[in-house]
Amino acid sequence: MEIVSLNQISPDQVILWSWRFIVINATILYTWLVMAILVVGSWFITRHLSSEMNVSRWQHFLEVIISIIRGEISEMTKSGADRYVPLVGTLFLFICVSNVLVIVPGFVAPTSSMTTTAALATCVFIAVPFYGISRNGLFHYVREYFQPNFIFFPFHVMGELSRTLALTVRLFGNIMSHEKVVGILLAVTPFLFPVVMQILGLLIGVIQAYIFAILSMVYIASALSAEDEVHHTETNKEGVSA
Amino acid sequence: MDSISIVAMASIFGAALAMAIGSLGPGLGMGQAISQALAAIAQQPDERNSLTRTLFVGLAMIESIAIYCFVISMILIFANPFWGHIIK
Repeated sequence: MEIVSLNQISPDQVILWSWRFIVINATILYTWLVMAILVVGSWFITRHLSSEMNVSRWQHFLEVIISIIRGEISEMTKSGADRYVPLVGTLFLFICVSNVLVIVPGFVAPTSSMTTTAALATCVFIAVPFYGISRNGLFHYVREYFQPNFIFFPFHVMGELSRTLALTVRLFGNIMSHEKVVGILLAVTPFLFPVVMQILGLLIGVIQAYIFAILSMVYIASALSAEDEVHHTETNKEGVSA
Repeated sequence: MDSISIVAMASIFGAALAMAIGSLGPGLGMGQAISQALAAIAQQPDERNSLTRTLFVGLAMIESIAIYCFVISMILIFANPFWGHIIK
């Protein structure tokens, strides 16, 4: 079952249903599918939460995932992971589920479309100043753009924009390239070799989800840690002078 | 040779060259990065977690260069913007 044919670069080009200016393409449909799986799944699991000794196995499953995400984040920020778990954890879960479900026949990963990845990267692009300003205040956040002096302002802005572009293109390129490679191999050497590539693709999908989440956390932490560094140097100076 | 075949030939050769040259540098760089990280992990196994995370972030940065080349070659092959000027 092939929904996106080999000469189409993105599932945006597959139009399933359209009425006047409302167009439902394959990307939107499969994004909704992944969202539904995540929302309904977590709703079913969290209906019967218990803190007793006998915990259901699905609750164990969710607790393991959440505690791993929290552990990773708290290692990077050193200050309370709970603020960042909703955003970064959601990004990770969405990308991971949509990449892993590729093994289901007929499923097209929404992350193989550049619009989805651009939307996710835009979330990170907005979240970085949001967390930075809400933690350090507007003045400290804007002052970081003029460090070490005002000449560097355009470079900071370019850095923000280019890393958003890099986030977009990295995820899109990895997932889309893997789909194309499997499609081409299926035409050249059928059966065994594409299966090996599919297994490799699962690994790549999980690693890309991890990398996306870690990079967005690194960007958020870079907007936060400036204040901490200033604080550290000031305390060091005080220590030296005292 | 008419202009359509010139554009087709240039796109195909451009895509092949972009992949060939563009994956060379990142391949060398990623090999260097992984070997250094392995040496560091072998020296300090306790720092394994932070080393691995930094390695992954760095690899993602290096890899994105190769991914840019790949996306450009994909655009040249599948969604070539120059066809619009030729075929009217």
